[in-house]
Amino acid sequence: MNQKLSQAQRDIQKAALEFAKGKFDKDLCLEQERRGEFPAHIRQEAAELGFIGVHYPEAYTGGGLGVFENALIAEAFCQKDASLGTALMLSGFSAECLLRAGSEEMKGRWLPQVADGDILAAAAFAEGPAGAGLDETAAQAVREGDDWIVNGLKTRVANGGMAGFYCVLVRTDPDAAPEKGLSLILVEGDRPGVVCENPRDKLGMRLTPETDLRLEGVRVPGANLIGEEGRGLGQVRRFYEEAWIQVSAMALGAARGAFARALEYARKRMQFGRPIAGFQAIRHKIADMAAQVEQTAAAVYRSAAGFDQQAGTPALAAMTKLCACDAALHVSSEAIQILGGYGYMKEYEVERFYRDAKALSFFCGGRGFLKDFAAAAVIDKIR
Amino acid sequence: MLPYTRAHEEFRKRFQDFVQREVAPYADRWEADHLVPKEAWRKMGRGGFLCTCSEPAYGGMGGDFLHSVICMEEMAATDQCGFLSFLHSDIVVPYIESYGTQEQKRKYLPGCISGDEITAVAMTEPDAGSDLAGMACTAEEKDGEVVLNGTKTFISNGINCTLVVLAAKDPAVENPHKAISLYLVEEGTPGFKKGSKLDKMGMHSQDTAELFFNNCRIPASNRLGEKGTGFVLLMQKLQQERLVVAVWGLAIAESMFNWTVEYCRKTQFCGRPLASSQAVQFALAEMATELRMSRAFTEQLIMDHMAEKDVVMETSMAKYQTSDMANRVAGRCMDLVGGYGVDESCPLSRKWRDLRILPIFAGTNEIMKGIIAKSMKL
Repeated sequence: MNQKLSQAQRDIQKAALEFAKGKFDKDLCLEQERRGEFPAHIRQEAAELGFIGVHYPEAYTGGGLGVFENALIAEAFCQKDASLGTALMLSGFSAECLLRAGSEEMKGRWLPQVADGDILAAAAFAEGPAGAGLDETAAQAVREGDDWIVNGLKTRVANGGMAGFYCVLVRTDPDAAPEKGLSLILVEGDRPGVVCENPRDKLGMRLTPETDLRLEGVRVPGANLIGEEGRGLGQVRRFYEEAWIQVSAMALGAARGAFARALEYARKRMQFGRPIAGFQAIRHKIADMAAQVEQTAAAVYRSAAGFDQQAGTPALAAMTKLCACDAALHVSSEAIQILGGYGYMKEYEVERFYRDAKALSFFCGGRGFLKDFAAAAVIDKIR
Repeated sequence: MLPYTRAHEEFRKRFQDFVQREVAPYADRWEADHLVPKEAWRKMGRGGFLCTCSEPAYGGMGGDFLHSVICMEEMAATDQCGFLSFLHSDIVVPYIESYGTQEQKRKYLPGCISGDEITAVAMTEPDAGSDLAGMACTAEEKDGEVVLNGTKTFISNGINCTLVVLAAKDPAVENPHKAISLYLVEEGTPGFKKGSKLDKMGMHSQDTAELFFNNCRIPASNRLGEKGTGFVLLMQKLQQERLVVAVWGLAIAESMFNWTVEYCRKTQFCGRPLASSQAVQFALAEMATELRMSRAFTEQLIMDHMAEKDVVMETSMAKYQTSDMANRVAGRCMDLVGGYGVDESCPLSRKWRDLRILPIFAGTNEIMKGIIAKSMKL
């Protein structure tokens, strides 16, 4: 596959890098990360410049481009600052469920609000402290006249408490097998009975708020069903494919960001009368890091382009996320080592890339889950 | 394997009780405050848990290094890693015990043992980390006084310290290895200022800081050891410092591992315990193996160190291997626990952040590998 970027793609990449360079303020970010605060001040501006929802059709004020272009933006943002980059890029998290399966009316109503930076979106799939398997979903929605009454407790909801709407995975048929008994329902954030509680204090991705979502007899119109009834699990799996590619692009950005800082430091830092980049042990460390960044880039670009050409698979996305998160973790840890004592200080940023990489590796499915998923596809041919 | 006596075991029991009462309940508060209060140090001292190797003549209990090992292990089992009592007891105070004059020992040791004095050792500078001999801090001796100038950084106990063992160079001596001397500098000496607390990835209860010396005058009698022997003295004492890191890092990794095993046993996932998954079982089996092998090596090293054998190479090996292994174990434990592992409320996440400094301080693991290679005459 030719991964040479088109002129338009290069322009997007350049614009995203320049935006991040100009607008991401390290000191402010450190303060927001200490407080665990969403970067609301930049989100609006990023949206106005078209960086949010670049993969939504223009009809919904999106960029009319693909997941590939969205990945380029995620990579560029996270390269400058992974805490800020992930928060911005996840501001529409779950909107893709509408995009791929929602009604015209639903898309027309919600997607422009996300793309314009007016609201955040959130996915509410997981339940229980260990993030139980989705087919064990206990949250449920029952019909009452034309409406749905939704009850349940969802955990680890990114953008919880701030989202304009939640895509909630619920059981709509208690008797059917999970593949047929689960559905996705859109629940507006301001409905009575929507309670966001128990905000998570995390070691990384601290600008992305996460809470539990408690739904207490929430009444929503029947039209809030996303796609067809009973197709929820399949929709979530399709969403995961996209989400994993996006998270992989973020991890790629984090790896690049940590690598660039380590490289710059190694060139400048003098010890024993020469730059430490002159020592073979450091040179080989840097070579390994560079190799890992390049491998990750190849995997991410291939997965993203594949998705846009309907040539990707969820398993490929899962494998890409595994590689990309491992790369981000390893490269940022090595960057800390190269910076030595400075690497452990918040001011020098590489420790934050490392913490963000660790949090990213759990986001939207941890390593065990992804390996189970990839194995099922590779061995059992389950898609 | 270690030859603990009944007295050691009783000491461990007493210290466990103390830690349960006086350390564990305050772990979260100290993390939030980014400081261990001096009162906690005094309690440690009054309880007889600081400088356990110090001579009874100065108020110490005259214990051996196994008492130090017990203290490190029990501190490692708490939910904080910033109360570096063993940095004081087993790394800094030994400089005074080994190289101090009678007068210096009489003056400082009783306070070190009681917890009224808190010590720090200042080697690293902004431009001299691994390259210790490249330090720029100067000490000019004249007319019975020493004038100190320079900046030290990443100094543990930097805010709380009342007494600093400072390494500085005589600018008149060209050979850097012969130019360095060690000096005792008291808090409050004019010209000695503490910087602000450094904001770190972890070890938040530890008060790491910069120290500034600006025409700071101390009496020449505050020099520790012979003039120009500083580099050698540092190299001698860095051995125990690195062994301390190995023992402590191993103990932290073991505490994380034990917690994770329990968690995997009792946490249900899809209707069965996490520990029933083969992937989880193999991961725990691999970690148990790594930990046991590290422990065997480290315990042998502890005994050889106590027998004063030449263990420069083995100490570097232990520091490098345990600190890397501890980080590996920390990351893998979190992977098994899943999303909760990233929550600050999970005991693993804090220690994962804390442990990342271990491959860096007390000599980076790259420096350790250099020493090992040199010992192998490569």
